[in-house]
Amino acid sequence: MSTVMATTAIKGFFADLKRNRLAYYYTSPAFLVMGIVILYPFLYNIVISFSNMSLTHFRDWHFVGLRQYGRVFADPLFYATFGKTLAWTIINVFFHVVIGVGLALILNRPLRGRAIFRTLLILPWAVPQYITALTWRGMFHYRYGEVNLVLIKLFGLPPIEWLSTPLGAFGACLITNIWLGFPFMMVIALGGLQSIPHELYEAAEVDGAGRFQQLKNITLPLLKPVMIPAISLGIIWTFNNFNVVWLVSNGGQPADSTHILVSYVYKSVFNYYRYGYGAALSMVIFFILLLISVNFIKRTKGTKGVY
Amino acid sequence: MAGSYLHKDPWWMTTLIYVFLIVFTIATIYPIIVVINVSLRPGNMLHTTSLSLIPKNATLEAYRTLFLHKPFLRWLFNSTIVSGMVTILGVSLASTAGYAFSRFRFRGHDFGMIVLITTQMFPVTMLLVPLFIMLISLHLYDTFLGLVIAYSATVLPFCIWQMKGYYDTISVSLEEAARIDGASHFGAFYQIVLPLAAPALVITALFSFMGAWSEYLVAAVILNDKTLYTLPLGLKQFQSNFDTEWGLYAAGAVIVCIPVVALFLVLSRWLISGLTLGSVKG
Repeated sequence: MSTVMATTAIKGFFADLKRNRLAYYYTSPAFLVMGIVILYPFLYNIVISFSNMSLTHFRDWHFVGLRQYGRVFADPLFYATFGKTLAWTIINVFFHVVIGVGLALILNRPLRGRAIFRTLLILPWAVPQYITALTWRGMFHYRYGEVNLVLIKLFGLPPIEWLSTPLGAFGACLITNIWLGFPFMMVIALGGLQSIPHELYEAAEVDGAGRFQQLKNITLPLLKPVMIPAISLGIIWTFNNFNVVWLVSNGGQPADSTHILVSYVYKSVFNYYRYGYGAALSMVIFFILLLISVNFIKRTKGTKGVY
Repeated sequence: MAGSYLHKDPWWMTTLIYVFLIVFTIATIYPIIVVINVSLRPGNMLHTTSLSLIPKNATLEAYRTLFLHKPFLRWLFNSTIVSGMVTILGVSLASTAGYAFSRFRFRGHDFGMIVLITTQMFPVTMLLVPLFIMLISLHLYDTFLGLVIAYSATVLPFCIWQMKGYYDTISVSLEEAARIDGASHFGAFYQIVLPLAAPALVITALFSFMGAWSEYLVAAVILNDKTLYTLPLGLKQFQSNFDTEWGLYAAGAVIVCIPVVALFLVLSRWLISGLTLGSVKG
């Protein structure tokens, strides 16, 4: 019975291979490259996560079952870091979307010079992330950093200890990442706004709908299908944003208090050489993010029709 | 504040919007002004509490040191080669794979699209150690080829998704007409569809280039030979010596930003029309 099913499956596959030959020609080079660099390391990582590989057991490692996963879940620091990562993701994506969509709504109006504003406001996206992070780190310096100088000289406020306190360093990372992330949402929202047909607003005018009603009943609902895939990507990218946290806080300072999950793993892998533990924690991070994304996409039904 | 522009705004509203936009824009470009400012400071004034936009005794000293006494030109050359190769590979592979996902209903179609987005969820730490071990065994460790392959793979998922979304907005009837006129399948794709997808191709090229031009972590793992260093690796060296080389870092950062910022400025109009993420369907 099962052999029959297997042969039909294989036959079906070959029939499809023949019918859609071109599709396979077109996709295979890309998937070959991704297979080497992404899929193979992914499988390899699964293997390491069940092993005791570390600096002292680099070549002579052996399988230890689920011990590394047990260590991950037994560590109270894991839960604290996970909570911080959630806060990090939610705060960032919230501000990216609110600022991005807000600016897009303003820039979609007939304003003189809006092309100039639009161009200048995209700039944070153009700057390479590592430069953004290193520059903001300099700007958060207690005595010479421009952020505190502006606070003191322009607003008469006391300076803030950005990089030397846990809360300050987390805030510094947040500000940096919000700065570099809103232009992406703005560009997506602008594209979405341009695709909304004018006639809808004209009809709404005829029906006597006010501006707020037009925003609530036409603009935002029609913007939603454009924004949901972008927000999904935003959540995924922010959750795993290593660069900003690592470079702004200079590797989690002060005293390893400024970590999100991905920088926390990096520290244990590349500073403490705990390869097995790092691989297991990486798998846990991946599954957490997978659960969050699937849940988000299901709730919003956002990517329906994307593939 | 609706998206409607049938009304004309009252004057106070327009003023309010302009004030907000100007303040917000200044705050946005301020960090960029800071880098330029630091790069122009003379060596004995790197630490200052002045907020002036152009530093006192502004000098191009840092730029001169960078080009004459540091291997900056070599890093620039290396980054250009690597980014150029990634762009070519990224555009050719994403434009074909995206086309297949848009036009064919083959087995593994939906699964493939899900795999693409799933790869975005892998934490970078998951791939670094295995990638490192594998590149050594393939003799690709410490080579540009290894770096180019790694970068291409990391930019491909997003680029394929984005190309597929754009092809979806191009009507199939155009290819069908070309096919009736005797064009081959590939001919219809290459001569009819590809030119129409120019905005998306430009975006794909931009993202591939940026991905390679700005990446630090993978390069740090794959490259060991100092003569192969790319710009991010080189500039990070200055950062480790913050006191004396802060000015060199800033000057390097300004030069690194010039090509990408120029590209963004030139392409910003295309960016809005070309980046659809596959959601706006005609």
